[in-house]
Amino acid sequence: MTRNEKPIFDEWQGKSLEEVLAICRDLVEDPDYPTVKKWRERGGKVLGHFQVYFPEEIAHAAGMLPVKINGAQVDGMEADSHFGSYLCSIIKTSLELALTHRLELDMFVSHPICDAARNLAAIWERNMPYKSQILYLPQNPNSDHSVQYLRDEYARLRADIEEVVGRKVTDEALRHSIEVYNESRRLFRRLYDIKRERPWLITADEAYVLVQLAGFLPREEFNELMRALLPQIEQRPAKKQDKMRVVFEGGFCECPPIDLLQTIARSCYVVDDDLLIGLRWIQDEVPTDGDPLWNLADAYINHSSYSPVQHDARKPKEKMLLQRIRNANAEAAILAAAKMCEPGLEEQVTYSKTLDKEGIPYFVTEFEENQTTFDHLGIQLETFLENILFD
Amino acid sequence: MPENQSNHQNGIVGRGNKDGANLFRQWFRELTEIAERGEWAAYVFVMGSFNEVLKAFDLPVVFPEINSLQTAVRKVAHEYLNEAEDYGYSPDICGYVKADVGVQLRGGEHPMGRIPKPGLAVLTNACNTYIKWAEIWERMYDIPVFVVDIPGSRSLDYGHDKSSPSFYNDVKYVATQIRELITLCEQLTGKKFDIDKFRQVLQYANDMSVGWRDILEANQNRPAVFNALTDGTIYLGVANGFRGMREGSEYFKNLVEEMNFKVQEGIGTLTEEQFRLVFVGVPCYPIFRRFNEFFTEWGGVFVHSTYLWFASGGTNIGFEYDLVNPIESLAEGVLLSVRDAMDSMFHQEQAILHMIDHFQIDGVVYHPIKSCRTVSTGLADGRYHVMAQRDVSTLFLESDMMDRRVVSEAQMKNRIDAFFEGMISRQQRVQA
Repeated sequence: MTRNEKPIFDEWQGKSLEEVLAICRDLVEDPDYPTVKKWRERGGKVLGHFQVYFPEEIAHAAGMLPVKINGAQVDGMEADSHFGSYLCSIIKTSLELALTHRLELDMFVSHPICDAARNLAAIWERNMPYKSQILYLPQNPNSDHSVQYLRDEYARLRADIEEVVGRKVTDEALRHSIEVYNESRRLFRRLYDIKRERPWLITADEAYVLVQLAGFLPREEFNELMRALLPQIEQRPAKKQDKMRVVFEGGFCECPPIDLLQTIARSCYVVDDDLLIGLRWIQDEVPTDGDPLWNLADAYINHSSYSPVQHDARKPKEKMLLQRIRNANAEAAILAAAKMCEPGLEEQVTYSKTLDKEGIPYFVTEFEENQTTFDHLGIQLETFLENILFD
Repeated sequence: MPENQSNHQNGIVGRGNKDGANLFRQWFRELTEIAERGEWAAYVFVMGSFNEVLKAFDLPVVFPEINSLQTAVRKVAHEYLNEAEDYGYSPDICGYVKADVGVQLRGGEHPMGRIPKPGLAVLTNACNTYIKWAEIWERMYDIPVFVVDIPGSRSLDYGHDKSSPSFYNDVKYVATQIRELITLCEQLTGKKFDIDKFRQVLQYANDMSVGWRDILEANQNRPAVFNALTDGTIYLGVANGFRGMREGSEYFKNLVEEMNFKVQEGIGTLTEEQFRLVFVGVPCYPIFRRFNEFFTEWGGVFVHSTYLWFASGGTNIGFEYDLVNPIESLAEGVLLSVRDAMDSMFHQEQAILHMIDHFQIDGVVYHPIKSCRTVSTGLADGRYHVMAQRDVSTLFLESDMMDRRVVSEAQMKNRIDAFFEGMISRQQRVQA
């Protein structure tokens, strides 16, 4: 597949910002992944990877389309019989996408992020004809050997990807991919700067939709779209409102429905969050000189964000949350967790105890990607915010 | 008096259960004394305890999983769970974690004694909740948490090819972490690492590994010589709590002797063994004895379980450490064993197919639980694949290992009765 072909997604070109945001939302919410289908129709191969972080640069350098699999708003008609009752939704709906062929892959990779997700590769392997595996991202990033270990693990992954595409992935190709993804990192940062500094210009749901696009569009196209949209967002004729500034925490894996984010955005400005944190995991630019696999491994361990599914003695999560709240100049936090999400629910306790000590108001809630009513949440949230305002 | 009767009367049969219970009481007595002196213990887990390193420093160990299950067996788990839920933990998270939070909030008070506070937590990534759990102590007590990261099988046929470069990389990573753990133990205890003492500990662990493997294999015999669910859980407790210790080594030598004796004499765990079963998952501790009776009343005996594989941290593979090269060998052994433990959860269908083929199995009982996604997430799918590959009866019972609110005895019994009725009619069809 050459990069000179017509873009996979060009419906946005020539449209106004509001129209583009609406088109993007429709695309993000479409469980049939039309752009991925188009990629495959053109002969492209697809690597699906489950939440949270995956080094997409390696798949990209092999000419594959990396697709972040993070569930969908679909009924689990096929997948339900493969699972028991006590499970988060994202595991079920992700498998549903594969079993119903809505999302066709050439390779699937999961990670040991949680007890449920680490079962996923084996389940996928038993049910799908293509290569499925676990990428063992280190759970001891404090070991002196962790970067070397991860570099070697990336080399193993590269070899497996090479088998799928039938050709070598050179260091040169990897360096090019790192450059492409470095641009995305710059664009993400700019988007989040807008959220923090002028949150009235972009709502929580709109920003989420834009980041989500990076999970399945060819990355060059995503970058082009963001290059076009960010200046328009910065020039948006939106007025600053008297809304409370909050941080949303708890969207690192299963994501809330966009309507839920919209409900939140009606009553407050979400000035920072951990939504799709895996796509924004690496915070600095990855060097393009030297060994690219080493650089990617080092960036994962030493220049990265935090989430409840990684233990790093240098990054106690409650302190990281406080830092996020302070950096964003937020007045309160929404501590969310997906239903049945063990790490999210456990972290919620620590976060709430910490915020209690610091005197920072917070709102605790659970969500599910398939939930459809938000009125109750909206009323609760408004009451919470009013209590703070009139305290 | 015939010799076998004499042996029986001399206490060989049933010795493992009796000695196991005594060792447990001794262990908890010692922990209580430590707690009362205000000293700390190392908190560890069953899938990769690193007792081998900790015992070389004479560190007492606490297995919070064992403490938690004991609260359920002793019918007081709900008190601890309620305390943790009042503190803020969700009803939907692991019951072991919550029972332990309850123990910590009560200052170590436990039905078997008093649990000392942690001064160090050592854990592997075999279960992700281990990490979340240890973070609770890290915050409560400001203690070091050492995650020994054990890269598992990347896919089904990945695991044990020692010639692959990936295996070499994994061993190197684990060995480095073991050296880092040793340094941490030196700092915490003020003791210098004694390699000869370490070798002695490894030798005891080797005795246990060989014994554990032999005991599991003894149930290939018909009738089965021990119940994998009830007796097996006692043996498992000793295998974990006394790993790398002289008492553990002796216990398993005696246990092998007991099992061999029962095999020779044809003494089964049930008088009339009708159905040979495999148990998949974690036991139903809130009704531990009754759960087993639901099966034994029909002549069903659990001859094997995946629990005895994964909850022994993969000791079932019988890996013996090379005492000449102890650290690298420990790294290799732990990598292979803990990886096997993970495989027997994530690729559990392979373990079950093995058991069906080698232990003359009539039925497989799946017990997915609310508390544990590690063990339970893949069971329904694995069951489907086992049934596609072997003609075997299966039963799928959802409940919990801790939380009696989701254990419905009457409903469970109905389904178990129907399972046996199905197996009987299957046998009758075959005979006809």
